[in-house]
Formats: sequence, structure tokens, C-alpha cells
Amino acid sequence: MSTPPLLTVEQLAFERDDCNVFKPANFVVDAGDIVQIEGANGAGKTTLMRLMTSALQPTSGAVLYRGRPISDCRYEYLDNILYIGHQSGVKMTLSAEENLRWMSPASTSAVEITQALDAVGLRGFADVPCYSLSAGQHRRVALARLHTSKAVIWYLDEPFTSIDKQGVLALQQQLESHLRQGGAVVLSTHQNLPIDGLRKYSVEPHGDLAVPS
Amino acid sequence: MASGRNWNWFHRMGSPRWFYETTGRWLPWLWVLTLGLMLIGLVWGLAFAPQDAKQGNSFRIIYLHVPASFLALAGYYLMAIAGAIGLIWKMKLSYMVMKSAAPIGAALTFIALFTGAVWGKPTWGTYWVWDARITSMLILLFLYLGVLALQYAFHSQETGNKASAILALVGTVNIPIIYKSVDWWYTLHQPATIKFTSAPSMHPDMFQPLLVMIVAMYSFYALALILHTRTEILRRERKAGWVRELAQRAQPAEVRQ
Amino acid sequence: MIASSQGFAGYLRRDLLLAYRRRGEVASPLIFFVLVSTLIPLGISPDSARLAELAPGMIWVMALLATLLSTESLFASDYQDGSLEQLLISPQLLPLPVLGKILAHWLVTGLPLTMVSPLIGLMLSLPAAGLMPMMASLALGTACLSLLGAVGAALTVSLRKGGLLLSVLVIPLYMPVIIFGSAAVQAAIDGLNWLGPLAVLGAMLSAAAALCPLAIAGALRLVSNN
Repeated sequence: MSTPPLLTVEQLAFERDDCNVFKPANFVVDAGDIVQIEGANGAGKTTLMRLMTSALQPTSGAVLYRGRPISDCRYEYLDNILYIGHQSGVKMTLSAEENLRWMSPASTSAVEITQALDAVGLRGFADVPCYSLSAGQHRRVALARLHTSKAVIWYLDEPFTSIDKQGVLALQQQLESHLRQGGAVVLSTHQNLPIDGLRKYSVEPHGDLAVPS
Repeated sequence: MASGRNWNWFHRMGSPRWFYETTGRWLPWLWVLTLGLMLIGLVWGLAFAPQDAKQGNSFRIIYLHVPASFLALAGYYLMAIAGAIGLIWKMKLSYMVMKSAAPIGAALTFIALFTGAVWGKPTWGTYWVWDARITSMLILLFLYLGVLALQYAFHSQETGNKASAILALVGTVNIPIIYKSVDWWYTLHQPATIKFTSAPSMHPDMFQPLLVMIVAMYSFYALALILHTRTEILRRERKAGWVRELAQRAQPAEVRQ
Repeated sequence: MIASSQGFAGYLRRDLLLAYRRRGEVASPLIFFVLVSTLIPLGISPDSARLAELAPGMIWVMALLATLLSTESLFASDYQDGSLEQLLISPQLLPLPVLGKILAHWLVTGLPLTMVSPLIGLMLSLPAAGLMPMMASLALGTACLSLLGAVGAALTVSLRKGGLLLSVLVIPLYMPVIIFGSAAVQAAIDGLNWLGPLAVLGAMLSAAAALCPLAIAGALRLVSNN
């Protein structure tokens, strides 16, 4: 008996204003897989990702976590995922360290937090309020979550925005290490990612009327 | 599946096209009924019902005022129920009904307030009086305006519908609280003299035309709601095949290719 | 597995911390409350007897407006920086952190208004018998207003000029609260039973605390669909 794959997307469709946003999506993500969601601007990449994280409810189809629909095992699923969207979720009036502590599991120690901030190149900026950091540095605070999180599936929407070459390399290495530990990554990016085993899923805009004649 | 068969009629009702075609058949009768009842009620009440001992002829405005206030309140509940059905069963037709009910209800509330003011002037010498019923009616108008404003505030039609539905439900829970609070508030401050005549103490000769007008108003509301919803259906489903066919057939023969 | 440092207590603490970091901004409703109470004697009359007559209602109206002013910011910053999105996919019952945020909001707006009200009462010649009931009614009432206002704030959070629309939506819901709130104070001044209206306020608060978070959770899920 084979264990069901980590994540299955089955005939997932979403209607907005009487139009299907994209053609029904079907793919599988297993431990160690990295899937790059690609498509033209506005094709529905962010919508697809938000459907997969259960921020949106699909009009039809389902997302299965280890074989069970996520609507049936919602908390268990959400406990095991991490989502970093366009907006970083970083509070401007809090310091980098405070932000990271909020976004990390309760069991994270102070040392781990400092290490995570160091790893993204924010050493010395831990106590600075985030409104005095640059856009790239905000991004790094958000990405520092990846170091402290225990989530199995990572959903990253355009994670390379505002990151310099060094940061891109560091993030790549981190993704690879996460995959080696049995995690999975679903990301959307325009960047070219030379990671082994990268699969691409293309979101095709649908645009047809979802109305029965 | 047996239970699926039982609910089939419910889901069939949720089809905008079914609604459009079915109401199309009823519409002529509804027009006749509404106009007929309105005519009878208004003529009877305004011309033939006996004069009131104290208020003379000015009391006749109640033949508009009372039915309008009934429907204003009933209309809000209908709007909220339509919204609830839309939220629970995700039925688009339900949202269309809710969206259509809002302006009709708001207009009726305004009519009730206006006729109330017109009644007030000859009877108590002032156009506006902060009594319990008028104040509650005013607050009801604000609730309607809120739902309308929210409906049109969003770019996405869908979000506007759902947000209005949530607001309408919150308003529904509040309406009894508001009415009771205003009632209680009024008893605290009640000046001795001012009091609206309440219907039960009316002579049957005056009461019967009122009943006719109330039924006429319900019929009118149904007519207005159906007409408005049909327009909304055509607007929202304009890309569908059956709507295009309708539009084609409605064009004069020379224009059709 | 991954226990969040979040939930009711977590969001309560975090929002209090965030409010503390923006304390200038957060103090505005309170300052508004004090400033506007200067408008009353200027606009109406400095005569003590007339002020005393109007005081219960006027203080309540000003407290209501001050609370309304502060409600818009309840979910706005969370919506803009993506924290709301994160909240929606966190493994917890949404009404709980929502309640935590609203409690934090009340502690930072409603409670200070309540504490300052005796001072305003003094300035507006509120009879002494009304001071304690004023504080009690404001304490319960502003909590109610925070809850009801949060429903409007959640519905309008994604709109650009949401503030004005928020007022339109929420003021009708506020009306029962002010009716009973000022009635309690007036009853105390007139020597009547003021605990009755106060109890009704308490009942409204319990109902709001139970129901509003549900409506708010639904509204938040809805509007981040944009």
C-alpha cells in the first residue's frame, strides 16, 4: 500500500465574477518536490496558491493533504504549511526580532531567532524597527521565517522580489536543503531556478463564462 | 439519491433563467392584480371612506402611510433572507433578489416617512415629530442606505453582494433591538399629547379600505421586485446564450440580419 | 506540532504593543473627545443649568464619535501589510484572535474615554449623581461600540475611502447603545433606578461579544478575496 502523496490538486477551479479564473488545475506534489507555478501576469498564479493554502474556497475540485481534503483536516494541514505572499506580513512598527518571533513557532529559542536573522544577512539589525529598513531588508525578515519554521510545505509567492544576487543564492540553497529534509515547495517566480528536479506547472487563463446555457 | 430529488425544486428555482421565464408568465396577471387593488383601495380610501371625527380628511394619508411602513419592514426581512440564502447555498439568483429588494425597500421607507410628515402637519402642526414609530422608521431607512452603499462600494459584484448580505443579517438582528430601544426611549420622554392613531381603534368602514391597500401594497412590492430582479438577471447573464436569443428576437425584423 | 504564539492572548498582547508603538496616533480619539467637549459651551451656552441638562447626552454623543473615529484603523494596517492574510490561514478559530484585537482596541480607546469622562462631566456641569453612572455606562457602552464598529471595519477594510462608509454602516447599530447609555446617566441624576438601563447595556455587550466576532470572521474572509 503506497502512502498518498503529500499534496494533490484535483480539478481545482475558481470562479470570480462569473468567469473561471483558470482552467481546472491538476497536479501532485510529493515530499522532496519543488513545483514552480508559472503563467502570464494575471493568469491566476496567486489565486491558485491562495486556493492551495485554503485562504480561498474553490468553486469546484479539491486540494488533498495526504489523501484527505483539506476541508476535513484543516488545522492539521495549516499547522504544516507556511505561506509568504506578496505582502510580507511584517509589521513596520515592530523590530525584525519581534516580527520573527511572532511568525515562528512558540518553541523557537532566542538563539535560533538570532541565528535566523544572521542567516539572512540582518545581523545587527535585529532591534531596529522595520520602518527604517529597506524593501529588500523587509523581504529578508519575512524570509527569515524559513529558517525557524517547522512547516513541511512551503508556499512562496514571488519570494525573490527585491532580493540581491547574494540573497537569491542563499534562498536557493535553503530551498534545496528543505527539499533534502523531505519538505516540499510550491512557488511562483519569474526567476530562473537551477534546482534539480524542478517541475513547472503552467496556469492557463480560462476566461470562459461559467454559466450554464 | 432520494434526498437529491427532493431538493431538486429548490435548486431549480435558483436558476436565473427559470425565474425569468416563469415570472414572465405571471407578470401580466400581477400587473392586473396590482393596478386593480391599488385603484380600488385608493379610490375607496381617499374618496369614499367616512371622515375622521377629529382629523377630518387629512387622516386619509394613512392609506398610503401604513401599507408603506408595513412593506418597508417586511422588505428588509425579505432582503436579509435572500442574502442569507445566497450566503448559505451560494445561489446567485438569491443575491440578485436581495440587490433588487434594497432600493424598493428604501423607497418605501422614504414614502412612509414623507407621508408621515404630511400627516403630521395638519394634525399636530409640525412636519416632524420624534415619536417612536417615526424614529424607528428613520433608522430603518439608514439601515437600507447602508446596505445599498455597501453593495455598490466594491469593484467586484460578488464581494459587494456577500458584504451586503452580511450587513443585512447584522441589521436584521438589530431591528428588534432598535425598535424596542426606541419604544422604551420614547416612553421616557413622551409628551402627553402626541400619539399616532393606532389602527384597531378605527371604525370598520375606515379599516376595510386600509386592508385593501395593504394587500395592494404587497402586490405592488411583489411586482416591483420581480421587474427589478428580471432586469438584474438580464444584466448579469447578458453573455449567456438564452439572453442573446431574447435580445435578437426583441429587435425589429429589418434590423435582424 | 507547531504551536502558534498567537490565539486570543497573543493577538491581545501584540495589538497592545503595536498601539504603544504608535501612541501618538492612538491618543487622538481621546484628545478629540476633550477638544469637542469645549465646543459645547462655545456653541450652545456656558450657562451651568443648561449644560447640566444636556451633559449626559452630549458626553455620550462625543464618546460615540470618538470611538467611531478610531474604529477604522482596527484592521487597516493588518490588511495592508499582509498580516490579515496570515491570520486567515493560521490554525485557530478566527473569532478568538478577533476578540483579542477588539479587546486591545477597547483598552486603548474606550477605557481612556471612560477614565476621562468624570473630568469632562465636571467641565460640562454634570450633576455629581451622574458621574459614577456615566463611567459605568461608558465602560460597558464603549466596549459594545468597539464590537459593533469592528463589524463595519471588517466589511470596509478593503475599500479606499472606507471611513465614511463605515460611519454610515455603523451608526444605526450604535443607536440602541446610546439610548440606554445616556438613559442610565439621566435616571441616576433624576434619582430613579439606573441599574436597569445599565443591565440592558450589559446584556447588549454579552450578545455583541458572542455574535460580532462571528460576523467579523465571515467578513474578513470575504474581503481578502479581492
